[in-house]
Amino acid sequence: MKKAQKNYAAFAVFLVFIGGSLTMGFDLGIRVGDNFWIFAWDMLRILPPAFLLIGLFDVWASRKMIEKNFGNVSGIKKYIWSVLLAATTVGGTFVAFPVANALYHKGAGYSAIFTYVTAASLVMIPMSIMEASILGIKFTLIRLGVSLPIVIISSMLLGAYFKRRNYILPEQE
Amino acid sequence: MVGLYVVAIAGLSLSFVLDSSRTKKGVKVAWNKFNKILPGYLKILMILSVVLLIPDEMIVKYLGESSSYMGIFLGAIFGSITMMPGFIAYPLAGVFLRQGVSYMVIASFITTLMMVGVVTYPVEKQYFGRRATIIRNVTAFGIALIISVAVGIFYGELI
Repeated sequence: MKKAQKNYAAFAVFLVFIGGSLTMGFDLGIRVGDNFWIFAWDMLRILPPAFLLIGLFDVWASRKMIEKNFGNVSGIKKYIWSVLLAATTVGGTFVAFPVANALYHKGAGYSAIFTYVTAASLVMIPMSIMEASILGIKFTLIRLGVSLPIVIISSMLLGAYFKRRNYILPEQE
Repeated sequence: MVGLYVVAIAGLSLSFVLDSSRTKKGVKVAWNKFNKILPGYLKILMILSVVLLIPDEMIVKYLGESSSYMGIFLGAIFGSITMMPGFIAYPLAGVFLRQGVSYMVIASFITTLMMVGVVTYPVEKQYFGRRATIIRNVTAFGIALIISVAVGIFYGELI
């Protein structure tokens, strides 16, 4: 708990610094403030509904259902579900980490959650559309086509490794 | 973004109609989880605000002038230490492209930007533990390099 308080204290100092920079016209501080606001605004909009859904998932999703679709017994199906879930995840890894953790504690396998997290940063649909419009559809298709098999193969390897080590992800409430 | 709110509100309403006490529990779980990770997010916000002071021109200069393999490597380094939301990252990638940075270097920058998170370490560690966080990021760095080389081959930038 002490560590959390330290972070809050640092954050308060940070806000005072930005506020002070704005009133006194300190250029570097203002630029830091601008950068801060870009991310803070994004997080303010995405995190509340995302965490609400994680909470609802936690009370409604049954262990059996998750094990059947994302668990070690589910074969190829877990990769398909993981990629589909990742493709529609909004907010990138900031949202993907807590979702992966929640899935894991409901019985999802390692390879499934690694596929999910990696795919959430590579195959998100809204982002890929934006990418194609700026860098060209060819770029996006190559990137996606190369990424998907690598994501799944590397997740299988990582999954096997962590399973063998009996690694356990930290529990969040 | 709008979709996320539609799904969240629909989910909440449906859940409430089906079982109001379970819904209250779910909201409480959501709040506890959020509360627990909030200091981590704030820490990341502070670090990012400072890291993003690196001027774009400097990145372009390094990425544009390097040889192909060095460019991929530098792109991956820049992408790993920084982090940006897509609506900033992609327009920036467009600027890189117009200034003559190759596709494969852009690929290494963009993929590591999304996949490798040095600054997000404090949050990822709380969900994945230290070992899994480090191994995941190292693997992601490797994957990004492979993707970039593949992009380079497809665009004829390497061979």
